[in-house]
Amino acid sequence: MTPRIGVVTFPGSLDDGDALRAVRLCGGDPVSLWHGSDSLQGVNAVILPGGFSYGDYLRCGAISRFAPVMAEVIRHAKAGMPVLGICNGFQILCEAQLLPGALIRNDVRTFVCKDQRLRVDSITTPWTSQFEPGQQITVVLKNGEGGFVADEATLDRLEGEGQVVFRYLEGNPNGSRRDIAGIRNQRGNVVGLMPHPEHNVDLLTGPSLDGRRFFMSVLDSLHVAA
Amino acid sequence: MARVVVEVMPKPEILDPQGKAVTGALGRLGFPGMSVRQGKCFELEIDGELSGERLDQVRRAAETLLANPVIETFRLRVESEHRAEAR
Repeated sequence: MTPRIGVVTFPGSLDDGDALRAVRLCGGDPVSLWHGSDSLQGVNAVILPGGFSYGDYLRCGAISRFAPVMAEVIRHAKAGMPVLGICNGFQILCEAQLLPGALIRNDVRTFVCKDQRLRVDSITTPWTSQFEPGQQITVVLKNGEGGFVADEATLDRLEGEGQVVFRYLEGNPNGSRRDIAGIRNQRGNVVGLMPHPEHNVDLLTGPSLDGRRFFMSVLDSLHVAA
Repeated sequence: MARVVVEVMPKPEILDPQGKAVTGALGRLGFPGMSVRQGKCFELEIDGELSGERLDQVRRAAETLLANPVIETFRLRVESEHRAEAR
């Protein structure tokens, strides 16, 4: 059976449509999930998309983190379901404490929008299993609050236990500590990153197809598990 | 009725780009030597008497939603007296 990948739409989500399309292009069955519902409709994995949920009021992701659907996302994430947070979704995962650390305003004090070179530092997640270790990729980065911060002990632990999944290459675009662009939880099923793989699935609109591997990875992982 | 003010500040070790921007603007406007860190201030109007238990509730609200303890600290300030005088 084709794996069902849910994409949550919050008020203010922008990239939910692109994420659903990316899932479809890569062979998955995309399922639109609503922030106000407490059902995940039996999906096999969840994507929290980019955007400005709740207008980024209070802090990015701080209000969305308490949306009804998030109680289910958190419960399933803790049980091992693959969850990917992209940009605003990454911020929501940090606010929900499914991932450590937080995202703050870019040190350059401007919105950054560019094709970003990245290195894949962990392939032991359902979202990155189709990459080569250390592979260099190009994925769109576009955000105003993408600076990853955590205390030194947490940063040491993330690096020591291989929980850094992506690092920025060719210059740090936003002041993220230790060039961290994306991380995973200890178990590996929850991954968050600031760049947008869902925008790099079609050569018409991006310089690479590197985003496809995220979605192919999770589909492969779910097939293997099934 | 009491008022509790929750003041939220970025932790000292956390970069504060907004504060830096304001610091820069002050310098350009002829207010040199003023280093700014920018936080947030929430005024909570509390129904009923402000018991110790109620204040604990406000503290939990602050650490659950108003502040992110990973990057921010917060302080509670009770303003009930001030409000009574103002009336």
